[in-house]
Parts: sequence; structure tokens; C-alpha cells
Amino acid sequence: MIVLTPLRQFQYPVIAECINPDVFQGKSVAEIAPLEVWEGNRKKNLGDLVKIEEVASESLKVTLKGDFSEVRRVGMGMKNGEIVVIGNVGMHLGEKMEGGKIAVQGDVAGWAGSGMKGGFIEIFGNAGDYLASPYRGSSVGMNKGKIIVHGNVGSDVAVFLKGGVIRVQGNAGPFLGFRMRGGTVHIEKNVGNRVGACMTGGKIVVSGVLEDMMPTFTIDGVKAKVKIDESEKAVGPFYVFLGDLAETGNGKLFVSKNNNPHFEHYERFLQME
Amino acid sequence: MELLIKNGFVFDPINEINGEKMDIAIKNGKIVESVNEQRAKKIDASGLTVFPGGVDIHTHIAGAEVNTGRLMRPEDHIKDVVRKTPITRSGVGYSVPSTFTTGYRYSRMGYTTIMNPSMPPLEAKHTHEELNDTPMLDKASYPLLGDWWFVLEYLQKGDLAECARYVAWMMGTAKGYAIKIVNPGGLESWGFGRNVHSIDDQVPNFCITPREIMCGLAKVNQMLNMPHSIHLHTNNLGLPGNYATTLDTMRALEHVAAGDKPVAHITHLQFSSFAGDDWGTMRSGAEEIAKYINNHSHMTFDMGQVIFTDTTTMTADGPFEYTLYQLSGHKWVNGDVETETSGGIIPFHYKRNNAVNATQWSIALELALMVDDPWKMFMTTDHPNGGPFTAYPKIIAWLISKKARMATLKKCHKKAQKKSLIPSIKRELNLYDLAIVTRAGQAKALGLKNKGHLGLGADADVAIYNVNHEKIDIAKKYKTVRRAFSNAAYTIKDGEVVVKDGEILQHVDGRTIWLDVQTTEQAKIDEEMKRRFKEYWTVEYENYPVTDHYIKVPDPLTIRADV
Repeated sequence: MIVLTPLRQFQYPVIAECINPDVFQGKSVAEIAPLEVWEGNRKKNLGDLVKIEEVASESLKVTLKGDFSEVRRVGMGMKNGEIVVIGNVGMHLGEKMEGGKIAVQGDVAGWAGSGMKGGFIEIFGNAGDYLASPYRGSSVGMNKGKIIVHGNVGSDVAVFLKGGVIRVQGNAGPFLGFRMRGGTVHIEKNVGNRVGACMTGGKIVVSGVLEDMMPTFTIDGVKAKVKIDESEKAVGPFYVFLGDLAETGNGKLFVSKNNNPHFEHYERFLQME
Repeated sequence: MELLIKNGFVFDPINEINGEKMDIAIKNGKIVESVNEQRAKKIDASGLTVFPGGVDIHTHIAGAEVNTGRLMRPEDHIKDVVRKTPITRSGVGYSVPSTFTTGYRYSRMGYTTIMNPSMPPLEAKHTHEELNDTPMLDKASYPLLGDWWFVLEYLQKGDLAECARYVAWMMGTAKGYAIKIVNPGGLESWGFGRNVHSIDDQVPNFCITPREIMCGLAKVNQMLNMPHSIHLHTNNLGLPGNYATTLDTMRALEHVAAGDKPVAHITHLQFSSFAGDDWGTMRSGAEEIAKYINNHSHMTFDMGQVIFTDTTTMTADGPFEYTLYQLSGHKWVNGDVETETSGGIIPFHYKRNNAVNATQWSIALELALMVDDPWKMFMTTDHPNGGPFTAYPKIIAWLISKKARMATLKKCHKKAQKKSLIPSIKRELNLYDLAIVTRAGQAKALGLKNKGHLGLGADADVAIYNVNHEKIDIAKKYKTVRRAFSNAAYTIKDGEVVVKDGEILQHVDGRTIWLDVQTTEQAKIDEEMKRRFKEYWTVEYENYPVTDHYIKVPDPLTIRADV
């Protein structure tokens, strides 16, 4: 097991793609120290910025202790092993990761799990904007894997989502599931507006309050329970909406019936049938 | 500066040099008889192939539609990011690269001259601003004139001389090089939500047919003594069964032909050679088209090869782009350019396992290989419509090697494989033919006297590739050839070595070529014309022309017209 501790407070963003169990595997502390990182516009060695210690252990594990909130691209593209962050961590955590596990005790900045292809990320604090969403310009969203956030998430979560599961125990910002094509998102508390804009597939479950429904969604029924993944179900009852019709989409949006009495007027469309 | 390229295998089809081992001497940016051997910088080209610099007759690299393509395709750029180096600037690719990246990439493949084929005159300033920022290359643009109201009016009146004077005025005003015609009549109709479906359909409001527009402008082209013929994108492009329209078009233009000089260039011919009744029965019309071309010599053509990749289609043919949108459902842009033309852009992914796309791939190669005379059929992808120009080395491999073609065909859709004529074609181009289809033929068709050859007085644009045809059989070792043509061993532009081993050595600005057509009588620019500008254009007459200071390195070509 490798333990990393910052040697000082970082003033500039640090780009450290090398903090990755696959890269560290089979390397001694002396071999890890010279790995290349960028601090602002300067090329540095990892050893210049963090203290690297080795703790005897069989498993492929990297522990980050302290404030890593300026450190970006931790665990980018990782395939195996585990990263544990005791503290906060910066943008692009686990970007394009394919396997393994990341656990963060603190908060995470934007683009965590961006373009993820597998693996598991658990965040015990809050996550920033663009959780599991591709970087600007790209349309390749998360397509496999699982993300659990115990706190709140920002805006534009699960954009272009294609597969996988995202569970958020707190609140979510606006534009959740924009252009989503598949996969499942469950928000246990409230969400901002424009949920599911331009979605063409997949499932969004909102257990809390959603103030406004997009006009391009149509009600399809009421359901007592919704399956999130193999082991879990969200308990309703839920209004089921289909959309986004502006994109001839077939996405499903489940909104809690009890927490959203302002959607009651949709029920008359159900009785008409 | 003096430069001597020693002992290369020189292929210079215009001067009928076929792989002879010889030296090329360069002085002050021109090819000369000899230079002082002591003083001259020497390049040892022994065992290497020496070609004239590449010429591309049709590639959309600058202007309004290209830039809109860039704006609407961030996902195209994020996968191809180019960092700056001490010499080159940063940029992005892939199918619609930024201007600097376009210049560098062409230069690395040994290209030195390119033609930007569709410039709405209204957008000419924008086009020239982008061309100014496209380094390493000499370039020119073709203004879109086939649906310009002035042209339509004078052709309809039968006043060819006056029409010619307006075209001449436009060449100087938009700083253009040749007459580009896209879906004649169709674009004007598209302004009213309609299209023309044969060369004898009426264009609404003008009482004129596509046949009259094409033949009229071909005659105008002759009257003005333009170096290039009319550059034509046919009616019904991209629709099954359109090879009949293409045949009609070629027959219609027979009557205009006079002398040896071609009267028209049909561009991206692959898109105009579909047989069948609908997309389900769509098949190749290449056999019929090639047969016609082999028996006639009044026209030239380019391939419009399809590459299996994610690309961006963009053309002035608005109705066709709308059809593509209906097929693909992708994001799209469509526009009407006032009194001149229209335009459309839509991303498109050509796939091997799609029967139509695979057939399109096959059609282009069938055309290139079944037309016997390489001086008639040139290599293009209609960048970026069929695929990005960076795929040229792949096409070279398909042209020179049956093995390469068959390897790709094997991976194509079964239905397309069955219909393809490629297994029956044995022809493999040699390096001499290749030099024709990639530079000499294109330069000749364009009427560029100093390009595409290495004779005395030619511009010192040279491409040297790491291919030794004495040592390897290029048809068998097509992968080596493909690599060599992706990264030129040397590219020499105006006597300066700009690329070595696929790396840019220095940044040079190319020239912008345009026509200064001298007519005996000027076009009438009177109050009436200015009134119409006020009424129908969003731009005032005074702000319309591309003034001289707009062009960074101008290279006007003065021609004397018969009118």
C-alpha cells in the first residue's frame, strides 16, 4: 500500500494522472517519486509535492491523506486496485476509469467519474458539477460502473449517460441527465429544474421535490416501486413521465407522488384513458 | 537560395519523366537548369521518390460553412488536439481542423497547392481571412455562381456576353479562381422549399433549366479564357439512380466542347454515380459512367472517395444536406445565402457494415480504376464530405494495390461485397499514374502552369517520399507506401525545405491565387445594380468586394477575355 501526503498547501492546480494503482504497481517509493506531474505550468516530480510512504500490504491500494483539493485527474483510467482519499480531492477524479474502486471521505470537485467505463466510486461528502458527465465538447458519457454520493451534487450530473448507476443521497442541481441515453440515476432528495432535458433513454428517479416538469414530458402512469439495480428498489409511489418528446425520446422520469403534490393535475390525463 | 536534390527517382508526368534517376536544381523558388554545386544546399534523395508538390483540386478548408462545421462539432475536436511547438501553432483536428493545423497536415503529406471549392461571394471576406491563416500552401477559392441571380437573369435573357462580364467582375470582387456550380437551379429552388430533379426542370421565378445554366456558364467560361473549366457538382447528388442525371449532364456539355481543353470538371463523382431505385436497391453506376468517360474527353473528374470514419459533411447543396438529415437524424445546419446559394452541414459516420456506405466506398474506387486515362480522374475525398484529407495515404494504398483493396472489402457489409466490382478489377496504379492523379493531372486541369511539374521555370514545390520502387513491390508493400505518403521525407515549398521526415521545419505563408479577368468592356455597375444590392443583399455594394489589403500574399493571375 502506498500512502501519499501533501508536503505543502498547493497554490496552483496539480495535474497528477500518475496517481493510479496501475501505475504504482510493482514500483518502490524510489521509483514512484520521479513520476511526472504538472504544477500550474511547471513540470515537477511527484516526490517534490507529496510525501510517499510504503506500508506493507498485499492489496493494490493507494491512500491519499490530507488536502488534495487542487490535485486533478487522480485515478484517471485506472483498471484495478483501490484509491482511498482521506480528505478532499480535485477535478476529474476517476476520469475514464475502467475498474477498481475509489472511496473519498471528503468532497470532490467537478467531473468525477467522467466518461467512466467500469468500477465503483463512493463519495462520502459532496460532489461538484458534471458528476459522471463527459468533458465539454465530448459526447461520450459514462457507460458502466457505479457511483454513490452520500452528500449533494452540483449541476449537469449524468450528462450523456449511457449506462451504469448513480445514486445520490442528497440534492442535485439543474440539468440532471441532460442528453441521457441509458443507465439509471436516483436522487433521494430534491433536484433542480430541467431534469432529463433532451434525454432519449434511461431512467431518472427523484424521491424528493422537483419544482417544474419540462413541457416536453408526458405522464404515463403511477408506480409503487422502481428498480434501481439488482439489489435496490426505490419506494414510491412515483409518477412516471416519458420524454424528452422534443427529441422523440423514450426516457423514463419517476417523480415522487407524495413530495410533489403540484403534479397532481397530470393525473386527469391518466383518467381520460 | 540554391538547393540541389540529388539522385532521386523523379516522377514528373507533365514532362514525361518516369522514375529516372536525376537531380533537380532550385534557385530563388523556381526550378532551374543547374546550380553551383559547391554553394547549393544538397538533399541526398538517393533511393527516394521525387514528386512535384501535391495539388488538391477540391477540399473544403476555409469559409463560412467550414467554420460553422467547426462550431457545431466540439466532439470532433476533443479527440484530436494538437499542441503547439516552438515552430507550429496549436490547434484541433479531425474532420474540420483549424486553419493552421490544416496547413501543417497538408504540408506533411507533401501537398503544396489546394483549392477551396465553395465560396459564396457574400462570405468571400471570411473565406480569405481563413485562407490567410492557412500556412504552408498556395490556395485559391471558387466562388459559387451557378445560382447567382445576375447569372440566372442574363442566361435567361440569352445575353452571354453581359453574363460573362458580370462573372469577370465577380472573380475580381470575390478574389476567386473558377466558376463553381452546385446543383444548378436546385439551390435557388431550395430558397422556396423546392428542388430540381432533372437537368430539364424549371427553376421557379427564372424560367431557366439546369441544362441552360451549366451550358451557359461553360460557354461564359470559354469566352473569359479561364484557366480552369467550370467546376460542377451535379443535380440529384447523393440520391439513388442519379447516375442517369450525371450522364445527361455530361451529354449536355458535349455541345459546348471545342478543342482539347475540357469544358467542365465534375467533382466528387462518386456521389453522382448511384444506380438503383431507392436506398435498398442502391448499387454502383460506375460501370456506365466510366464507359462514357473512356469514350469522351471533354471533361475531367475527381473521385470523392468515402473513408470509413466519423466526418462532417458540408456543401452548398442545401436540399441534399436536408435529405441527409432525414436519413441520419443528426444535428444539422441549413442556410440560404441571399441571392447567391444555400448551404448545409451535418455530421456523418460512414460505416463498413452499412451496405450503402460500403457501396459508396466501392463506387469511388471503381471509377478511379475503370477510367483508363489518369489525366481525367483525380484523387480527392471531397474533404471533409467523404472523409478528412488526412486519409489520402489510405486511398493511395487502395489505388496501387489490389491486396489493400481486397483487405478492406473483406471487412465490408456482405451485400455491398456481393455487388462490388472491385474483385474483378486487376488494375494497380504505378507511381507515375499516382503522380498524375495526385498532382500533375490536377494542376493541368486547373490550368496552373507553374504547378504540378518539375520542368524549368516551375514553382519549386517538391515532395520527396521514402519509397524505393526498385527495391520494393509497391503493390505488395502497400503499408510501407501508405506510411511514406503520410509523412513526406521532405516537402519543399518555393525552394524552402518546410518538412523533413514528417516534421514541420519552418512556417511559411502560402500565396492566394486569384483571377484578374481583363474584359474589353466592364460590367455595368450602375445605380440599378446598387439599388438591388440595397434591396436584396444584407451587405451594401461598397462593402461587398474583397479589397486587396484583405489578402496577405496575393498572387493575381491576369487573363485576357474575348468579351
